[in-house]
Amino acid sequence: MDFKTGVFYFLATILVLSSLRVITARNPVHAALFLVLAFFSAGGIWMLLQAEFLAIVLVMVYVGAVMVLFLFVVMMLDVNLERLRQGFWSYLPLGATIGLLMTLEMALVLAGSYFGPDSMPDPGAPVAGFNNTKELGRLLFTDYVYPFELASVILLVAIIAAVVLTKRPRKDSKAQNAREQIGVRRNDRLRIVSMPSEKE
Amino acid sequence: MGPLQFFESLPILFGPVWPLVWTLLKILGIILPLLLCVAYLTFWERKVIGWMQVRIGPNRVGPWGLLQPIADGLKLVLKEIIVPTKASKGLYFVGPAMAFATALAAWAVVPFSEGYVLANVNAGVLYLLAMTSIGIYGVIISGWASNSKYSFYGAMRSAAQMVSYEIAMGFALVCVLMVSASLNLTDIVHGQAKGRFADMGLGLLSWNWLPLLPMFLVYLISGIAETNRAPFDVVEGESEIVAGHMVEYSGMAFAMFFLGEYSNMILVSVMTSIFFLGGWLSPVGFLPDSFVWLAGKACFILFLFLWFRATFPRYRYDQIMRLGWKVFVPLCMVWLLFIGVWMMSPLNIWK
Amino acid sequence: MGALTAFFKSLFLKELFQGLAVTGRHLFVRKITVQFPEEKTPQSNRFRGLHALRRYPNGEERCIACKLCEAVCPAMAIIIESAEREDATRRTTRYDIDLTKCIYCGFCEEACPVDAIVMTRIFEYHGEKRGDLYYTKQMLLAVGDRNEVQIAKDREQDAPYR
Repeated sequence: MDFKTGVFYFLATILVLSSLRVITARNPVHAALFLVLAFFSAGGIWMLLQAEFLAIVLVMVYVGAVMVLFLFVVMMLDVNLERLRQGFWSYLPLGATIGLLMTLEMALVLAGSYFGPDSMPDPGAPVAGFNNTKELGRLLFTDYVYPFELASVILLVAIIAAVVLTKRPRKDSKAQNAREQIGVRRNDRLRIVSMPSEKE
Repeated sequence: MGPLQFFESLPILFGPVWPLVWTLLKILGIILPLLLCVAYLTFWERKVIGWMQVRIGPNRVGPWGLLQPIADGLKLVLKEIIVPTKASKGLYFVGPAMAFATALAAWAVVPFSEGYVLANVNAGVLYLLAMTSIGIYGVIISGWASNSKYSFYGAMRSAAQMVSYEIAMGFALVCVLMVSASLNLTDIVHGQAKGRFADMGLGLLSWNWLPLLPMFLVYLISGIAETNRAPFDVVEGESEIVAGHMVEYSGMAFAMFFLGEYSNMILVSVMTSIFFLGGWLSPVGFLPDSFVWLAGKACFILFLFLWFRATFPRYRYDQIMRLGWKVFVPLCMVWLLFIGVWMMSPLNIWK
Repeated sequence: MGALTAFFKSLFLKELFQGLAVTGRHLFVRKITVQFPEEKTPQSNRFRGLHALRRYPNGEERCIACKLCEAVCPAMAIIIESAEREDATRRTTRYDIDLTKCIYCGFCEEACPVDAIVMTRIFEYHGEKRGDLYYTKQMLLAVGDRNEVQIAKDREQDAPYR
């Protein structure tokens, strides 16, 4: 077993164990943190496959942004575990079916003749100066430019939808307009009145 | 056996594990000077802010107060680490460790001079962004694990602030990437070495800061916000939440946050120097390029950090968010477009 | 000034640069810190520090136990008990000042008809135990004896204004 294989098994063990803990941990915050660990070790495995761009982007996007916001919400929620466990048996059939389907699909992809390792030839050792960030960029903006643009438009729609749904004028809103606050001049607030002096 | 022979015999002595040992030695060679810099940065900060407030700053421990950071460090090491009763024990200690570890990990790709870099990876910029974004976890975890509402408020503020400013920071970097056409930090520095002014012997004017001036400012300010420094230090605003996520920490656990914050400051200033101020390139043609220039530029940016802290009052939280989202992000987008058009036009200066 | 000027002023961070200029200037200003134990700021002869009880040059204590200081003390830090001495004069048997209560207003000194209770220039004193800052008559007299020269000089200097 060479060094790389050792690293792979090390990362894979962490990945599997932490993924298990994600669904078994009682505390949702701990579960979310285990998910972070899982992402991280998955990133490590991708790095071993010399997909450094994907690995770093996984860490950056999922660990650095998505999970932060996720933790944000989970930490602030007061999750009642009792209520969550209530419907376990009634949801089990549906959940089990979906789980089975996913396993089946993954098996099809990994072991099937269309996608499996047999139909995907080993790209071989990268030539010197090979830069997979550059290659990915080239592919995204040439062969896959339409799917890429489509994905970005969908994301844009999602952003706008989220903004439109949440940002509506509220009567009790105390939001301040910083530009107005900065732009205030003395005469906006103060009126100097000249008054005749009074006799006592 | 002379010292030279001794060093030459080392690889043979360690045999197959020599690359590992050599890498560890290089890591030590980065971390130890870095920690020393952090220690003296705290001292320098107190001095500079003192001077700006017409005081003289610490001057009691050692000549001119030079041993002050050592004394502070010793005090922190000897102090008891208090764990709140209902804190989440494991995470309580993971928090500071993560804050410190990520701050150090980012240094792996930083080139100090021509060829002096621990890992010359192609996606260096991305790695940096990823590491700085993981840095949030130290803050969030410690804030949550402390089981204190002030810690938690601090953690929430910090997380929201860092996520927001990372966007502006990322956009500013995209402009840099566009003009240098590389994610490799060494190549980004090389990209700044050529241009009309560099040929005239005025390298100073061909660095990225001039054509990307707005992005330079955005990056610098976002860097300050990202490291939670004044005037963006609502995370540890004394008057509201005392010290934010660090409220419950004491002794060395607290010192970890401190070391992390200051090494992040140094990192941001080194990064600003590399991205916008030409890294180790010399500003004028007749002086050689060397590490000294990078150090000098980083010191200048660090001085700016301290200058800002001494000058500006703390931002209100909603205004921090406004600055990040409503000012910086649109500004970055406009400049991104501008740079794109410029690069496509015949006036392109980055060929 | 229109909205446009305001916009450009804020875009180019005009006010921030002004602020930086102010602090930048002060970086080089002569520092006014007083290095305390070695250097001290000049004191007025009216400085109100630690209290003292004075004596006449012949050694007789000045205080006649009129209790005006006790009455005027806004913090009620002074406690006086008096009795008649063998020579039929009224003297204090107890004269305590609780320095932790005292607010150093100087009213006791003002009220004293015989200049017995005075405030000295001493301000660097401390207590290490609870009760160390509770000064009794003997302690106050001792303070007075130690610093009589300075106290007398200060009173003399201030006499024209009283």
